[in-house]
This record gives sequence, C-alpha cells and structure tokens, in this order.
Amino acid sequence: MLLELDGLHVHYGKIEALRGVSVAVEEGEIVTLIGANGAGKTTTLKTISGLRRVTSGAIRLNGRDITRTPGHVRVELGVSQAPEGRRIFPGMTVVENLEMGAYARGGSGRARLGAEFERVFSLFPQLAERRTQPGGTLSGGEQQMLAIGRALMARPHVLLLDEPSMGLAPRLVAQIFAIIAEINQQGTTILLVEQNAAQALRLADRAYVLEVGQVVKSASAADLLEDESVRAAYLGGDVAS
Amino acid sequence: MRLPRVQLPDFVGAAGAVWQRTPTWGKWVIGLAVLVVAVLAPADSVGRIMAPASDWKSILFFPIAVYILLAVGLNIVVGQAGLLDLGYVAFFAIGGYSMALLGVDQHWSFWAILPAGIAAAAVAGVVLGAPTLRLRGDYLAIVTLGFGEIIRVTANNLTFTGGPRGIAGIPHPPSVGHVKALQYGVLDPKPYYYLTLAAIILVVFVVRRLENSRVGRAWVAIREDEDAAQLMGVPTFKFKLWAFAMGAAIGGMAGVVWASKVISITPDNFQFILSVLVLSAVVLGGSGNLPGVILGGFLVAWLPERFRGFASHRDLIFGGALVALMIFRPEGILPSRRRRAEMEEGQAGLGTLGAADVTAEASP
Ligand SMILES: Nc1ncnc2c1ncn2[C@@H]1O[C@H](COP(=O)(O)OP(=O)(O)OP(=O)(O)O)[C@@H](O)[C@H]1O
Ligand SMILES: [Mg+2]
Repeated sequence: MLLELDGLHVHYGKIEALRGVSVAVEEGEIVTLIGANGAGKTTTLKTISGLRRVTSGAIRLNGRDITRTPGHVRVELGVSQAPEGRRIFPGMTVVENLEMGAYARGGSGRARLGAEFERVFSLFPQLAERRTQPGGTLSGGEQQMLAIGRALMARPHVLLLDEPSMGLAPRLVAQIFAIIAEINQQGTTILLVEQNAAQALRLADRAYVLEVGQVVKSASAADLLEDESVRAAYLGGDVAS
Repeated sequence: MRLPRVQLPDFVGAAGAVWQRTPTWGKWVIGLAVLVVAVLAPADSVGRIMAPASDWKSILFFPIAVYILLAVGLNIVVGQAGLLDLGYVAFFAIGGYSMALLGVDQHWSFWAILPAGIAAAAVAGVVLGAPTLRLRGDYLAIVTLGFGEIIRVTANNLTFTGGPRGIAGIPHPPSVGHVKALQYGVLDPKPYYYLTLAAIILVVFVVRRLENSRVGRAWVAIREDEDAAQLMGVPTFKFKLWAFAMGAAIGGMAGVVWASKVISITPDNFQFILSVLVLSAVVLGGSGNLPGVILGGFLVAWLPERFRGFASHRDLIFGGALVALMIFRPEGILPSRRRRAEMEEGQAGLGTLGAADVTAEASP
C-alpha cells in the first residue's frame, strides 16, 4: 500500500469537514475521488499534504505513519500536489515555478534538474515555448499544465491532483487527462480529485465517492460508471457522450 | 479595490523601465557610481543644492542614511517575505536603548554593544514572530503595530530606561588614529555618516547573497503564495521567522549606530510615525527591489528636508506626493520584475502580504 488514509477526521473550527475518511492507493494506480461541492475532496488532499491538521485517524505512506510529519517533509518523502485553483507563483517565470517544484530536493542548480525539465517540457511542449513568461500571465490551461509540471519536478511517488479540469475547454480537458495517463504510465501513482466524474472514472483504476465528509462508495472505476445511483448523482446524461 | 490606471507622462515609470532593461554589469557600474556619489556627498557644494535650508551633513546621517539602512532591513520582511510589519520602530528602539544602557551603565564600548544590540533586536524579532507569524497578514500588521507601541510605552514607564526623560550621556564610538573621517565627536556628523554608509554596504551585500539563495527563493514563494510554497516543500514558518529576525537585527543595528551619535535618547524618538515612514520608503521605492528601496529611503528622508522652506505645508505636500505616487505607480518607483508581474495579476501586493488562509495553520 503506497498511500493509506485511515479514518481521518478533520475540522475547520467546529465544522467537521472529514468524518472518518479511509482511502487506499496502491503503487502504480490511478485512484479518483469524486463528490459534490463541499464533500471534502480538497480537504482530503490538503490533509495528505500537511496543510490541514488531523483531529483523529492516520495517514500512512509506504507503511510509515506521516500523520504528524510536517508538510515540507512529506514533499521530500514523495507526496506532491497540484492544488485546486493551480496556485502558480504569479511573479515567477515558468522556469522559476518549475524550479520551486524541485525545492524539496535541495540545491538550486538548474543543470542538475536537466532530466526533470526535459520530462516536463516533453509532456507539456507549450510550457517550453513560454519558459521566461511570468506564471501569472499564462492562460488557465497553461497554468494547469505548469501546476502539474511543477508538482512533477519533485519526482513524487504519489501525485495529488485537485480538479485539473476546472475551467478548461473540453478539448483541453481531454489533453490534460491523456497526459495524466502518460504520467501514470511513466510510473507515478496518482490520486485524482474531480468534479468531472465521467472523465475521471474512465481514466482511473478505482474510485471513491465522497459525500459530506464520508466515503459512501468505493469500487473499480468501471463498476462505478455503471452504478445507477452514481450515474444519477454525478454523471447525468454526460456518461452517454 | 483597484484604482483605474491613468496614463500620464510617466517619467518615473520610464526610469523604472530603463532600470529593468539594464544588464547586470550596467547595474554594477551604476552601483559603483552611486557609491562614489555617497562618499563625496558630505561636500558643502552638494549641501547647497540638496538642502539649502538645513545642515546638510547632519541630515545626511539622520534621517537619510539611517532611513536607508532601516528601509533595507524592513524590505527583507515586507518586500521579500511579504509580511506586513507596522512596528518596525521597536527594533530601532531596542538597538538605541542597548547602546544607551550598555554604554552609560556598563561602560561597554560601541564595538561590543553593536553585536549585542543586533542580537537583542533579533531575539525580540523571534519572540514577537514565533507566536504571531502563524496569523494572517492583516492580523500580523495589528500585532506588530501593538508591539512597536508597547516597546515605546514600556521605555516610558520603566525607571532603568529613564522614563520619559530617557538616557543622557551616551558614549560615542572610539576614534581611530588621526583619520578625520574616523574621529567620533559631538559636532562633526561626517564620521557617523560614513559609519552608517559602511553598515548599509555590508547589509546590502548580505541581502543580495540571500536573495539568490534557497532562503531568498523561499521568501519569494511565501510572499507570492504561502500555501503553494508549503506544497513545494518550503518550511514556511521557519523562513518567515528568519525574515523577521534578520529584519529586526538590521533595525537594531541602525538603532545602535544612531544612538552612538545623539548623546541622549527618549521614548519620543521611537514614535509610530517612524515605522510608517520606513514602510512608505520600502513601498514607494519598490518593495522587494534593493535599489528601489534605497531610493525610497533617500526620498522619504530627504524630501521633507528639501521642502523645509514651505514650513507648515511641507507635510501636506509630502503626503500628497506619496498618495499620488501610490495611485499612479502602486508597484513603486523601481519595482522588481517579479513585483510588477505580481501587481499586474493583482494576486500579491499589500493586499495579501503573506496572508495565508486563516485556518490553514501549518503543522508545527
Ligand atoms: N478554510 C475553511 N474554513 C471553514 N470551512 C471550510 C474551509 N475550507 C473548506 N471548508 C468547508 O469544508 C467542507 C469541505 O470543503 P472542501 O473544499 O474540501 O470541498 P470540495 O469537495 O473540495 O468541494 P469543491 O468540489 O467545491 O471544491 C465544506 O463544507 C467547506 O465549506
Ligand atoms: Mg475542492
């Protein structure tokens, strides 16, 4: 088991955003977390990255308990995230943003990161054309590519993606999803949070359905695509397309 | 709120653009030229132009050089790490009182007090920062503002700091040989000016090195997006504390140097307005960009002296000029490339100033 969430409870003040969430991600998988607005998807990813404190429950990475490990150490251990809303550093250029992605690996030499730059630029050729452009002036799609590329620079074992399709045109969504599949084939395990349930389920191996802070269903992605209640709640007519 | 960007003949903006296009070697040449000018500045002929109505050599030491040193220090906190500190005067005061107390009561020499004052201010920075740097940007501003006032009010009420009458008879630095520029006496401000200039140069070198280091990159990341910085593996709290301590140390240094000239200090020397003026120097000059910040410190210190002739209207004119500049050029006179991009996107700047999610407390 690469990543394991075991009965996580997380609070924002008195509000309980996660009420005992358990999720398991095996090495090499793509696992998706779907659910309505406010279900707690982003909270789950933030908690894995150490931005939120756990009230009770445990997070394990490769069997090691990282529940109390500071966030910056978790990055060194191989947990990387492309957060909701992309959160690109607006004043840094594309290259500088990517360098920040490799921050946890120490040093600062651009040469040392050659292989990582090459990998990111071959996944996202558009970024290569915009090396010196400030991140804040990129288009939404380019920013999403940069957010994913930046997260890859840390050479993560598990990549957390929070709604990479948000605000993108359908064609771009398809492109991004294809690239996610490619990243996975190159050996990176992926935990994908999505509103766009139909596409996420087609991409993923397994899926969890989150409702008001609880996992209400977990199954193989293919099974969930056929599940009546899931179709009614999250897929609408979309699934036929 | 975003103000409309009015297009005026933008001389200031043009100068800033030229600076941004200048290659690195060109900036070095300009830097050296500025240094030569700074060394020659105390000449009487310069004074007749720069400050006909006041004693140029005196104001060159204080406020001009001291403000520049303070601005460079506060820039680490505000400009680089993006933390709004409204009580920076506190560290200047701690340096000043270190000089006064250790010099008068303990008969320490200036060169022994200097590191002690710097250390005292840095420790105060950590003590203030440790509990408050987990707060959001605007709360941090309020707490630091309070801290600035607490230091002043405390000095006002304690007996060993001399209460409102302060401390008199503060010693000067020991003079060196017979070099005229190193005779630290009562009358000639020139040696103190050169001492402060040396401090500025030293600090500028340290800050420049930091800017290009892992620490500097972490500060930029924190300033632009604290949560994202943490997701990159930046120990954000630790580096915010570092910025705070370094800024405080430089404020303390300025306080020690300043107090070594003035013979007596009182709590009134450390008013809130000083924090505001140094902050406006940073923001006005170009938050985060050293040359801009130095220029800002110079202007904020010099302009009011230059317009002494306008007597009672001078604060009004000065204030008006500041407001106008901030409307038409919110990124400052000489902004860094980054700052400009940040401001254009409206994602960073004084509005967010390192503001993290209120509830997004980092795991310790
Ligand atoms: N900073 C916060 N302070 C208080 N409550 C919060 C905060 N962030 C999230 N919440 C609450 O926690 C719950 C889960 O939010 P979360 O952002 O995890 O949802 P989500 O599943 O990612 O939703 P979306 O699909 O809209 O992004 C919501 O009820 C939300 O209002
Ligand atoms: Mg979300």
